Amino acid sequence: MHLSSYLGLLETGCATLAKSYRQVAEGHAEEADVKRMCEQFASQCDHHEEQLRPFTKRYGSHPSGEPERLHADGLSKTRSGGLGLLCDLHDLYLLASYLDMAWTLVGQAAKGARDQELIQTVEKCAKETEAQQKWLMTRLKAAAPQALLVAD
Amino acid sequence: MADALYGYSFGMAGRIGDDIWGERTPYSAGESWPVRVDLHLVDGLTVDDVDSWVPSACLLSTNGCGLDIAVKDGRMVGVRGRAEDRINHGRLGPKGLYGWQGQLRDRLTRPLIRNGKGFIEASWDEAMDLITGISRELLERKGPLSHGFYTSGQLMLEEYYTLSVIGKAGIGTPHMDGNTRLCTATAAAALKESFGADGQPGSYADLDVCDTLFCFGHNVASTQTVLWARILDRLAGPDSPRLVAVDPRLTAVARAAEIHLAPKPGTNLALVNGMLQQLIANDWVDHDYIEQHTKGFDELAAIVANYPPERVAEICGVPAWDVAAAAEIFGPSSQPVSTVLQGFYQSHQATAASVAVNNMHLLRGMIGRPGATVFQMNGQPTSQNNRETGSDGDLPGFRNWENEEHIKALAEMWDVDPIVIPHWAEPTHAMQIFRYAEQGSINFLWIAGTNPAVSLPELSRIREILAQDSLFVVVNDGYLTETTAFADVVLPTALWGEKTGTFTNTDRTVHLSERAVAPPGESRSDLEIWLDYARRMGFTDRSGRPLPPWDTPEEAFNAWRECSRGRPCDYTGLSYDKLRGAPGIQWPCTEEAPDGTDRLYVDHHFMTDHERCETYGHDLTTGASVTAIDHAASRYDGRAWLRAADWMPPPEAPDESYPMSLMTGRTVYHFHTRTKTGRAPELNAAAPEPWVELATSDAADLGISDGDLVRVESRRGEVEVPARCDGNRPGTVFLPFHYGDPETAANDLTPTSWDAVSKQPTFKSGAVRLARSEGGD
Repeated sequence: MHLSSYLGLLETGCATLAKSYRQVAEGHAEEADVKRMCEQFASQCDHHEEQLRPFTKRYGSHPSGEPERLHADGLSKTRSGGLGLLCDLHDLYLLASYLDMAWTLVGQAAKGARDQELIQTVEKCAKETEAQQKWLMTRLKAAAPQALLVAD
Repeated sequence: MADALYGYSFGMAGRIGDDIWGERTPYSAGESWPVRVDLHLVDGLTVDDVDSWVPSACLLSTNGCGLDIAVKDGRMVGVRGRAEDRINHGRLGPKGLYGWQGQLRDRLTRPLIRNGKGFIEASWDEAMDLITGISRELLERKGPLSHGFYTSGQLMLEEYYTLSVIGKAGIGTPHMDGNTRLCTATAAAALKESFGADGQPGSYADLDVCDTLFCFGHNVASTQTVLWARILDRLAGPDSPRLVAVDPRLTAVARAAEIHLAPKPGTNLALVNGMLQQLIANDWVDHDYIEQHTKGFDELAAIVANYPPERVAEICGVPAWDVAAAAEIFGPSSQPVSTVLQGFYQSHQATAASVAVNNMHLLRGMIGRPGATVFQMNGQPTSQNNRETGSDGDLPGFRNWENEEHIKALAEMWDVDPIVIPHWAEPTHAMQIFRYAEQGSINFLWIAGTNPAVSLPELSRIREILAQDSLFVVVNDGYLTETTAFADVVLPTALWGEKTGTFTNTDRTVHLSERAVAPPGESRSDLEIWLDYARRMGFTDRSGRPLPPWDTPEEAFNAWRECSRGRPCDYTGLSYDKLRGAPGIQWPCTEEAPDGTDRLYVDHHFMTDHERCETYGHDLTTGASVTAIDHAASRYDGRAWLRAADWMPPPEAPDESYPMSLMTGRTVYHFHTRTKTGRAPELNAAAPEPWVELATSDAADLGISDGDLVRVESRRGEVEVPARCDGNRPGTVFLPFHYGDPETAANDLTPTSWDAVSKQPTFKSGAVRLARSEGGD
């Protein structure tokens, strides 16, 4: 059974995304909305990770067979300026999408396993991850012309 | 009693001190509010000395009270409330009576051009050549995104619309906003999110019949004194409405209320969620109405179920029984009116909390009929017009930037290529415009009729931005201000009564204000200035005609009328002739509704149809846009949108180092940054200096007495002002924001933060500490 691999991936993914949000919040603290929203999303990711615990206990999370390349890399450091912000938010978007798909796949398995609790947890966390992506998309779309056409 | 009907103020200052709201003229539900004519003339003049009375309306509050300007020998000498006007029935407040006198002093008369640290006077040609030279060079080198416009809540409809066309169709920049962002953006956002489009549902006439009145963060006694007089007269009459106030301050409204809820700053959403929980738990809801006219009930019910009174009490720091008791007043009422203003708009989770108030009315079907409505009040006198015409981050006529058909309609009307009109994202909000300027990607900023160096948050940062070499700053103003100090060019402008135009108050009432006197020196109206700019820049439409094609205020109004056709703010039934001397006419005013329209949504069909709505909505927690596809799939089809969000703790809560919550706000005697009211003798005398309010118990703990000089400090700055100890909520500190001196400017303390949806800065947030100043005795 490989559900444990994907639960491990989710667990690590939540931690990676939380860390990346915090990095962007700090690196782009002068963008007041980015700072605040990224901090909020980071706490949300922490909470998602916590909510996974009963299930990693139930199914395990780090079996020997888990392939290392399942993990997406977090942000190493933030970049500066309008273009830097665009790139960093873009990276966050990719990470969040990666996680979003992982939630979907674990949700599918939960249905197959008839695990009502896991189904509900996934539904809630996936919805919030989707909301994060939507915010990133909205912010990115508004920022792109300025960053790509006129920023220094 | 004739005496009771006239509030003259010759020499002695009426409407000041204990007399702000004037004598009571009680009336009962359904009666017409009695007339009381307020008058002020200077220099001991009497009515007989006046050469002419020019009809206008007050431009110093969003009430927009109808008045006549008294003119003698070509100058303004007084004002008199218009008895027949639907807004004020003759009354005027302190600012209405006296504020205009500020226009008689210290006015700019010639254009100024920066010369080192100072200015030199210049001709209009020199000033406009300089402006257009820089503008043209930047447009060629960097394109339209290098340009930003930051306007006001006090210009005329015609001026906003003209600038809107120049910015969106001439230049093609999305960077246009007004200081309306600071005062009224949440009103617009809350209306859009619930009902699909901007547009105040109710009418002031609803206050004449309501049986219940809830004021949410709305210190109406200070911000709209004449409206409060109307409410006081209802309260003094038979069958008076029950009044509930939500405000951390012990305001005059709170004192008059049966229940005063004083929530901790940053907890409004939890409080209203608690009200919604009680309405549902006690079944004070109209199930048929919800079924037929709304969408989203189940999701809302699931969220607000987590806000029983006990939890609300814990979050908000208000007694649980008061929450239940307030719901018990709202629940069974048959004609409830709710009003919302800055206490909600400038606070944490502003839009979500304001939308929650809309929900209270939607759950009970209490909207669209006499006495049952919600007011998302406006902040500034002409903020409504900035929203309508779209020089503030909206599109003209409440059009939807994501709807290609709406863009096409504008492009056809203006005869330009739709691609010129920026609509790839929501127009840029004020704080983001300043951020782009800070980063050097906006290099040309045209500020008109406003004073951001006093009114924006975290002033040290704003001053630095305005002073940047990379930014060319043009300011239109009637005076030298804290902001003109940073300008490269200052253009002297004609003010109220010195130019002709229309404006619309918070209940959609349109007034025409005609030029009564000539402006001082070489001053020009903002309309003339922007048309001159457009002509010199050579903006043209696809047929080669000048853009905008009009030259006069009336032509601009007529063009706007066409732009509004078929939209919620339909002006097609209005004209200058019809508005001249009228008692105020509410839009929509059309061929079918030639006398205007009392209230919107009387058929309970809201503006949420996919093709017509102004917005597809936002996530109330994050501000993320709802996509067109998601909106279309939801099939709102005219049903109002019940939307709820969870309360979240505010970002900068009080802690050990900064233990108190900061709120900034206004005094009844001043408007915005006091450019006019600070120069009106009666108003300046009534509130010459800033102060800090703190709770009596906190003052005792800190060893502070009334009048002591106190240092108020946040993470961003500090001010020193005298203390006033009062009945505000312990743990809160209040500073008036009007005073711009860097030693005392409240906004030196406020944080750079804004609501996720409306993008209104959260002036009522952040933490501070207080101490009695050394040597402050």
